[in-house]
Amino acid sequence: MASLKDLRNRIASVKATQKITKAMQMVAAAKLRRAQEAAEAARPYSQRMAAVLANISQAVSDGADAPALMTGTGRDDVHLLVVCTADRGLAGAFNSQIARFARDHARKLLAQGKTVKIFTVGKKGNDILRREFGSLIVERLELRDVKQIGFGNAEQIARRVIAMFNAGQFDVCTLFYSEFKSVISQVPTAQQLIPASAPVADASATAGNGAIYDYEPDPAEILNDLIPRNIAIQIFRALLENVAGEMGAKMSAMDNATRNAGDMINRLTITYNRQRQAQITKELIEIISGAEAL
Amino acid sequence: MAEAYKFELVSPERLLVSESVESVVIPATEGEMTVMANHSPVMTTIKPGVVRVKTVSGKEDRYVVYGGFADILPDVCTLLAESAVHVDSFNKSDIATRIQAAREDVGSAPDDQSRTRAEEFLHHLAALEDTV
Repeated sequence: MASLKDLRNRIASVKATQKITKAMQMVAAAKLRRAQEAAEAARPYSQRMAAVLANISQAVSDGADAPALMTGTGRDDVHLLVVCTADRGLAGAFNSQIARFARDHARKLLAQGKTVKIFTVGKKGNDILRREFGSLIVERLELRDVKQIGFGNAEQIARRVIAMFNAGQFDVCTLFYSEFKSVISQVPTAQQLIPASAPVADASATAGNGAIYDYEPDPAEILNDLIPRNIAIQIFRALLENVAGEMGAKMSAMDNATRNAGDMINRLTITYNRQRQAQITKELIEIISGAEAL
Repeated sequence: MAEAYKFELVSPERLLVSESVESVVIPATEGEMTVMANHSPVMTTIKPGVVRVKTVSGKEDRYVVYGGFADILPDVCTLLAESAVHVDSFNKSDIATRIQAAREDVGSAPDDQSRTRAEEFLHHLAALEDTV
């Protein structure tokens, strides 16, 4: 049985932990708001990009001069998985969810006899995947020092991926990230980057539907310029979704932790009080029985 | 008084401008072009340069853009810039680092075609630095 002093120490330490988790929750909430704003701000660009892309890919729909990034290499033997996770833990199952999703995908591909290469973005994903696929990880990137993810970060990843593609190191590239549904729900998602699937032209998105465009320079060349940019944009969006998701997951994880700490404090306080009362009673009995003996 | 139309300048990070304007000068890859209302539909890539926006109220704004492309329709013009800043908040060191990176690209280009492209880009950047 723990002594009163032990119990007192225990309570003090749980209280300290609770303060920390509570602070972390508040920090995550503030960061979440910022991340959501950033994701919101990036939306117009990707929407318009999709519209323009749909428009222009109609113009080069004959496919003969479509860039390789769009048509792919015609094979699907070597797969590159770009796995985006967070750099920090303490966010519940956030990182392991993405990693598990990617791992299942990789296993499936391996079982089909394909070659798998992995490019991890974020420290945690690398830590988890390294155990099983250590030899398959060809590239890794950490965004630990980055305060606010900018388009430059996404571009850097896109450039590496495209360089690998141009060097013929893979046929199909899939991006893994977590889609931010709400604070309590993040859904791991896979998205094919290369060959880029041309977005389906839907009438409302393409404002200039039916308009006959002049292209300057010619459509194929614009498309050549556009596709890498589109890949960067997709990655950028994934990163932003990830940050929002991470913060959401962290917020609910820390909320849980705070609540658990509160429960623990309550239980410990009850034990502490009971024990103190027991001691008082014991002392009283001793005094009374001592007095009676006289 | 020229007719007004809608102009939008969007960068991946945010929507910079969305208002009705009289004319916009765009640094298109094949030469600068001034876009006014009822322009025939054009889609063009843009080179690093300065976009000059003249709003309906007669105010003139300038933005520095680093590549991207423009989607021009009779009643709306959308400029998707890779990175865009207002001239007032533009800083010199930014372009210096970009020029540095472009130089490295020229040096490390694997074939003639990409080298020409990188050189062209570097040239545009240098021209941009001079104008600002």
